[in-house]
Amino acid sequence: MTTSPSSPASGPYLDVKDLRVRFSTEDGVVRAVDGVSFQLERGKTLGIVGESGSGKSVTSMSIMGLHNPKRTAMSGEIRVGGTDVLKLSEDKIRRLRGQAMAMIFQDPLSSLHPYYTIGRQIVEAYRVHHDVSKAKAQKRAIEMLDRVGIPQPQKRFEQYPHEFSGGMRQRAMIAMSLINDPDLLIADEPTTALDVTVQAQILDLLESLQKEFNSAIILITHDLGVVAQVADDVLVMYGGRAVEYGNAEQVLRAAQMPYTWGLLSSIPSVHGDSDADLVPIKGNPPSLINLPPGCSFHPRCRYAMLNGGPCDQEVPELLPVQGEVGHLVACHLPDQFRKDTYVNEIAQTGVAVVSEELA
Amino acid sequence: MLRFFIRRALLAVLTLFAISVSTFLLFFAVPANPVATMCGNRICPESTQKQITHDLGLDQPLITQYTEYMKGVFVGRTIGSGPTAKECPAPCLGYSFRTGQPVWDIIKNGLPVSMSIVIGAAVVWLTIGLVLGTAAALRRGGALDKFSVGFSLGGASMQIFVLGPILVAVFVYGLGWLPRPTYTSPLVNPLAWATGLILPWVTLGAINSAPYTRLSRAQMLETLSEDYVRTARAKGLTRREVNYRHALRAAITPIVTIAGLDIGINLGGVVITETTFNLQGVGRYAVQAINDLNLPIVMATVLLAATFIVVANVVVDMLYATIDPRVKLS
Repeated sequence: MTTSPSSPASGPYLDVKDLRVRFSTEDGVVRAVDGVSFQLERGKTLGIVGESGSGKSVTSMSIMGLHNPKRTAMSGEIRVGGTDVLKLSEDKIRRLRGQAMAMIFQDPLSSLHPYYTIGRQIVEAYRVHHDVSKAKAQKRAIEMLDRVGIPQPQKRFEQYPHEFSGGMRQRAMIAMSLINDPDLLIADEPTTALDVTVQAQILDLLESLQKEFNSAIILITHDLGVVAQVADDVLVMYGGRAVEYGNAEQVLRAAQMPYTWGLLSSIPSVHGDSDADLVPIKGNPPSLINLPPGCSFHPRCRYAMLNGGPCDQEVPELLPVQGEVGHLVACHLPDQFRKDTYVNEIAQTGVAVVSEELA
Repeated sequence: MLRFFIRRALLAVLTLFAISVSTFLLFFAVPANPVATMCGNRICPESTQKQITHDLGLDQPLITQYTEYMKGVFVGRTIGSGPTAKECPAPCLGYSFRTGQPVWDIIKNGLPVSMSIVIGAAVVWLTIGLVLGTAAALRRGGALDKFSVGFSLGGASMQIFVLGPILVAVFVYGLGWLPRPTYTSPLVNPLAWATGLILPWVTLGAINSAPYTRLSRAQMLETLSEDYVRTARAKGLTRREVNYRHALRAAITPIVTIAGLDIGINLGGVVITETTFNLQGVGRYAVQAINDLNLPIVMATVLLAATFIVVANVVVDMLYATIDPRVKLS
């Protein structure tokens, strides 16, 4: 598209460096995101995984520039196609929104305006970035509806969101977000509100659209099964920090961080022992106003302080795992101990394997 | 839509029937003696009393009296008999006990006054309420927001009979910018109609705008935090498009509903405003009639007010279905 920022000849399309996001509230400062970095190339999918309140949605909203600047303090860098969007004026970032980067949300019913037809909302998304006639935009919108697999797009164009089923609504939402050919698509829990069978269809659709448009996709989810199905890279977030980062193979099949282990063991597996209980992560996600000192996961971590380590004092740095290129983990446990523990205690739950076989 | 309308119309007729019956019964429950009122004389001769009782049909059974009354409303009737008989064409609401004037004429005099006041004031209160409430929500916590909160609190505790005379004192007697509030038919002289009613409009409008300001502000704040507003921003729409085309559009729905009902209720008479500005509207006729036990007028004004409320309800339901595509009228 003509007005999208020119991406550099090489290097990642999206480059987030040391992003910090803070909100001032009456109860204190919320450190929603605390020093997160990641890169994403076009045509690739990054899965961001974490519990509610881990900072994954806040990160994506920062990329889109959707935080209220009056109540939000942001630092670091978010380069989209080479442009640092944190430094852009509201009007300039507005022109990128929906055009260079688009977003789809968790609940397509509440995310679509109830009083306007699907068609009108899609046409609006197109015309805000393209100076074309209504008829032209309409034709394009119907094409998009058809492309995302909505039958009778002409007729559906005239209907309201409440006349669509959940899956169809999310398809319409995807059509709306992709109508301007964005280079970056952020999908914030796009399948959480949908039936399992529909979930798979939507993920398939996203994958095939990605191949067609060669866009970079950030998939935010708490569902490791979804990540296993579509992500190339995985970022695990906890308490606003990145705790594990690597490609899908590394994070899902050779997880190094006890929190990731917790996520893996808390998911049911079809192939596993049917009598074995799921292992929940004990405790609750931390308050982002009062993060525990040191590793913020240590109060919930089974392995914390095993070797009298500094878990309750020093924030672990995100460091490379020995022998694995690109696999980073923030944990005080010794490398060898983590590798052994994963193989002996965690690997057999094997959610990643199962999901991939099912998909 | 048509089926809905027919059903609602039937329901409205039923409601009005129930109201007319209960008002009619009240007519007889009150310790009023219409005969004495009509006779005028402190010592009324028995023959005259009998004559009047007969003329009014008060010697008839209640049911007959009711059917006669309703017949009069729709096709007209003859009131009394012999030389004193009066032909009362439809819609016949009877005659004033006091003046002998047809009640329909009184209503015809008062209704345009009340309607003019209410319609004008509604424009004022909706404009102030929507503009101030929306602006306050968009600048939450700012000076305008604080003003709007203070304004709606002040407006809610202000009274028409306080604000009205102050405005009259300032603009009519002080600055001399406006004539004394009077009613002129807009068909005769639209300018005189407007200048004569502007103070009642502003007074009633400003005071009624207080709850509308609060409601608009609350609704707007709610819709601004809706997911679809976030979607609108994510699409790259301008702030203005997001605020007005997406947020305000959704916020306005309940306001339309409440405004419709409010206007309907007020059309039945705005007694305090009419009295404060000495305008002879339906509300004042009704109050005078109650003081005088002038029952035909009471009956007529009650029925009129009920009709407005019932009609307003149907109109609001239909409006709602037009505004909100999720509402199906069936």
